[in-house]
Amino acid sequence: MANVFTPGLKVSERAVIRKERKLPLRGEVLPVTGQRLKADDIVARTSLPGKVFPVNAANILSVMPAEVTHVLRKREGDEVAKGELIGESEGFLGFFRSQLASPVEGTIESISKVSGQIMLREKPVEVAIDAYVDGVVEELIPGEGVVVKTVAMQIQGIIGLGGEVKGEIMMLAASPDAMLDAGDFGGQHRGKVVVGGGFLTRAGFERARELGVKAVVTGGFHFDDIRRILGYELGVAITGTEKLGTTLVITEGFGQIGMARRTWELLRSREGQRASVNGATQIRAGVMRPEVIVTWPEGTEAVDERGQEVKGIDVGSLIRCIRYPYFGRIGRVSALPHELQRMASETMVRVLEVEFEGGERAVVPRANVEAIEGS
Amino acid sequence: MPRKPEDIRSILATDCGSTTTKAILIEYDEANREYRLTGRGEAPTTVEAPFEDVTRGVLNAIQEISELRGRPFIAGGAILRPQQGEAGADIYISTSSAGGGLQMVVAGVVKSMTAESAQRAALGAGSIVMDIIASNDRRKPHEKIERIRQLRPDMILLAGGTDGGTIKHVVQLAELISAANPRPRLGQGYDLPIIYSGNKEARELIREILGRKCALHITGNVRPVLEMEDLAPSRDKIHDLFMEHVMAQAPGYRKLMDWADAPIMPTPGAVGLLIEMEARKKGVNVLGVDIGGATTDVFSVFDGVFNRTVSANLGMSYSVCNVLAEAGVENIMRWTPIEISPEDLRNRIANKMIRPTTIPQGLEELKIEQAIAREALRLSLVQHKEFAVSLKGVQTERDISQAFEQSGGGQTLVNMMKLDMIIGSGGVLSHAPRRSQSMKIMIDSFLPEGFTELTVDSIFMMPHLGVLSTIHETAALQVFEKDCLIRLGACIAPVESKRMREGDVMAHVRLEIPSSQGKPWSGPIRYGEIILVPATYGEPIRAVAEPARGVDLGAGRDQPVEKMIHGGVVGIALDGRGRRPFLDLRQASDRVARLARWSRDFDEYPEG
Repeated sequence: MANVFTPGLKVSERAVIRKERKLPLRGEVLPVTGQRLKADDIVARTSLPGKVFPVNAANILSVMPAEVTHVLRKREGDEVAKGELIGESEGFLGFFRSQLASPVEGTIESISKVSGQIMLREKPVEVAIDAYVDGVVEELIPGEGVVVKTVAMQIQGIIGLGGEVKGEIMMLAASPDAMLDAGDFGGQHRGKVVVGGGFLTRAGFERARELGVKAVVTGGFHFDDIRRILGYELGVAITGTEKLGTTLVITEGFGQIGMARRTWELLRSREGQRASVNGATQIRAGVMRPEVIVTWPEGTEAVDERGQEVKGIDVGSLIRCIRYPYFGRIGRVSALPHELQRMASETMVRVLEVEFEGGERAVVPRANVEAIEGS
Repeated sequence: MPRKPEDIRSILATDCGSTTTKAILIEYDEANREYRLTGRGEAPTTVEAPFEDVTRGVLNAIQEISELRGRPFIAGGAILRPQQGEAGADIYISTSSAGGGLQMVVAGVVKSMTAESAQRAALGAGSIVMDIIASNDRRKPHEKIERIRQLRPDMILLAGGTDGGTIKHVVQLAELISAANPRPRLGQGYDLPIIYSGNKEARELIREILGRKCALHITGNVRPVLEMEDLAPSRDKIHDLFMEHVMAQAPGYRKLMDWADAPIMPTPGAVGLLIEMEARKKGVNVLGVDIGGATTDVFSVFDGVFNRTVSANLGMSYSVCNVLAEAGVENIMRWTPIEISPEDLRNRIANKMIRPTTIPQGLEELKIEQAIAREALRLSLVQHKEFAVSLKGVQTERDISQAFEQSGGGQTLVNMMKLDMIIGSGGVLSHAPRRSQSMKIMIDSFLPEGFTELTVDSIFMMPHLGVLSTIHETAALQVFEKDCLIRLGACIAPVESKRMREGDVMAHVRLEIPSSQGKPWSGPIRYGEIILVPATYGEPIRAVAEPARGVDLGAGRDQPVEKMIHGGVVGIALDGRGRRPFLDLRQASDRVARLARWSRDFDEYPEG
């Protein structure tokens, strides 16, 4: 087996991208197939059922569960306003009456004669989703959403925080290895997608949030700073729902790690243009990585980049080491030996030989490298 | 399938894991009249896109055995059965944890009683319990409904009330579930299965409330009376529904179910069966552990009572940062025999989480991973001890001497001094470069007391053997003893009752090791040391131990002990690092030097 499959992160200049835009529940889909969309156009909307509030009416009104319907003024399906009287007990000789007011605005969904509970459901919540990227509706998913097709630059990061945002790309770091701190950010970065280099300090990220920066892209970040920002430890790599105001995309990993030059150069090449950015990450089932997408004008052809169809790593492939002691280093595969080899840890593994930029050679486990796609 | 177990000559078994499908071949050896493992193969699991058919991974794994053994097992895209000449196998069986395994929500009236019994039934069946809803769980009713709505379990187990008792509370719970209208995790075209195993008087009302909205199944009460649990009917029902509903929704499983000669079981359920059987057959107390990338399972059998817990948030890759979060960086540092800053350690652990398939190339990385494993295992055992307890809410007669011990049930059944055997499983234990590393990781994390035998599952075949035990117990036990278990050795750990100083003698030990297995050994176990005496597996070894004053080795304080123990591929560990408490290195200025000394004395890592 000369060829190994080690999927990497997508770093593509002009790739065909398909984005599935689906509602969480069935609803109304607005555009038609073939329609051109802007990123902010609404493509589908629905109403999420409201929250359910159980109320123990029998207890509150001091009646047996079987009698609860006799003292309620409302029936199943009736609408109620918040604070509206929905039941009242007869009391003793007309005195000592107990009253039940609705804690929410909504409808009475059910009344139980066994437990004496009534279920109140709040009004539905309207939800709408946009196209996220400029493109064409390639497919309609009836009742659920659309697939938007576009040609775009796509940079995938390794982990991110925060959800979808859109903004203009602005380069801030002077090089892919440079560090960004609080003092580097200013009012001109408000509403922008700011690109850093090898490291972003926590103070830098907090400053970006204060200023209303849409997103920051960095090579490295300290893991402990994520805990300090979120207020809790990130136990598993499932993110995207954080309400931080500023989305964070980490392209390489935790620690001070220079951003891959190609990633940095591609972002620089699209400076001043509008990007769609998402920090959502899910590493287990159905791997999802954070991303920066900048679409090309209508009619731009995708480049048939090698990375688009990466099937594996071969001699000559460009790879990045993703574990110590060579973490973050980039080189070309110089050999793919068949035999298992003993590492310094005494682990027996399949390996490859790599020649790093600068000519140094090393043997690394195949599991510890990833293909640089689009290279 | 051959009619009688004794007619079975060959068995193919697979375990469809979340990432890898592992196949084994077991054959009857006519000459020695026993079943042995004769082949193994593995291939990536193919449940998800682009394949979306689990049987492709199964066939690929079996094909690897075909190539290694030079005989065909597959024809026309299916497994050849029964064996004809040199082709095919007599039976095929499988377990599965692909697609996240079996995920359940359990509900019960009282959290520490019926809800806990329901949880025990679900865990015993091999499920991950996503949440426990109870009438008294301190959440407001609308919060419970919201939670049930958010979770998308594979099934719900609803219990509550003893037979003949009040029905109001369990009916209220059913109403909450009905209002939440929970949807199943896999597929949209079927109703969520709900098992009702509560007060039998409430069955009709439960049918009225849930019968139209869900696929309701009614079975025996998990707690028919307060003094007794009856988990078997619920466990069996969970297994049936796992097959009929959950697995049937996953891609390719209908075909796999047709191929299998026994019901497909959830992987941890099968492991539990095997451990239970081993404990029963030998009349010993067993602790089993399986540490994976996302979760860690702990199984125990003490005095015949089986318990299983799954620490769904403790694992070595996807959940590795949860270990960091729960243990704290200082607890991981105490096992890390290298100088490293807490910040660097945190970053390295987090980098493993985001690139979970990488492996330690350097020694430093291996030491860090094994330090994390110790804490993951330690915490999993803490959770297990808290769960594996005697029934709560049971009234017991007490004499005057017990009147002041607040023991109304709920004491842990896990007694490390009474533990006879530990079985370790999972990549970090089964595939450690040196077996001494596996043994020391387990000693450090579980802190066995007195005399304990330690073993590891050689290639993770306990799930296969567990499901095999349901149709051919002899074959399962023979392969378990001869091919599955690697006997690492024994640990002798004295337990002190008073504060000791480093170098104090805790016990004098004499090991009568036969010359074929090593050399006889005699000497002290000193406080603060752990040493290793080489002794291979073979004849039982007579061990005589004289404890120092105030020290217990299993027979009581100050009492000498004489035992027959087994050696193994590592040997016999004499652990004098204390148990009340264990020697704490968190604040020690010479932590690295001490850890290095313990490692060296245990032949744990290469020098340099």
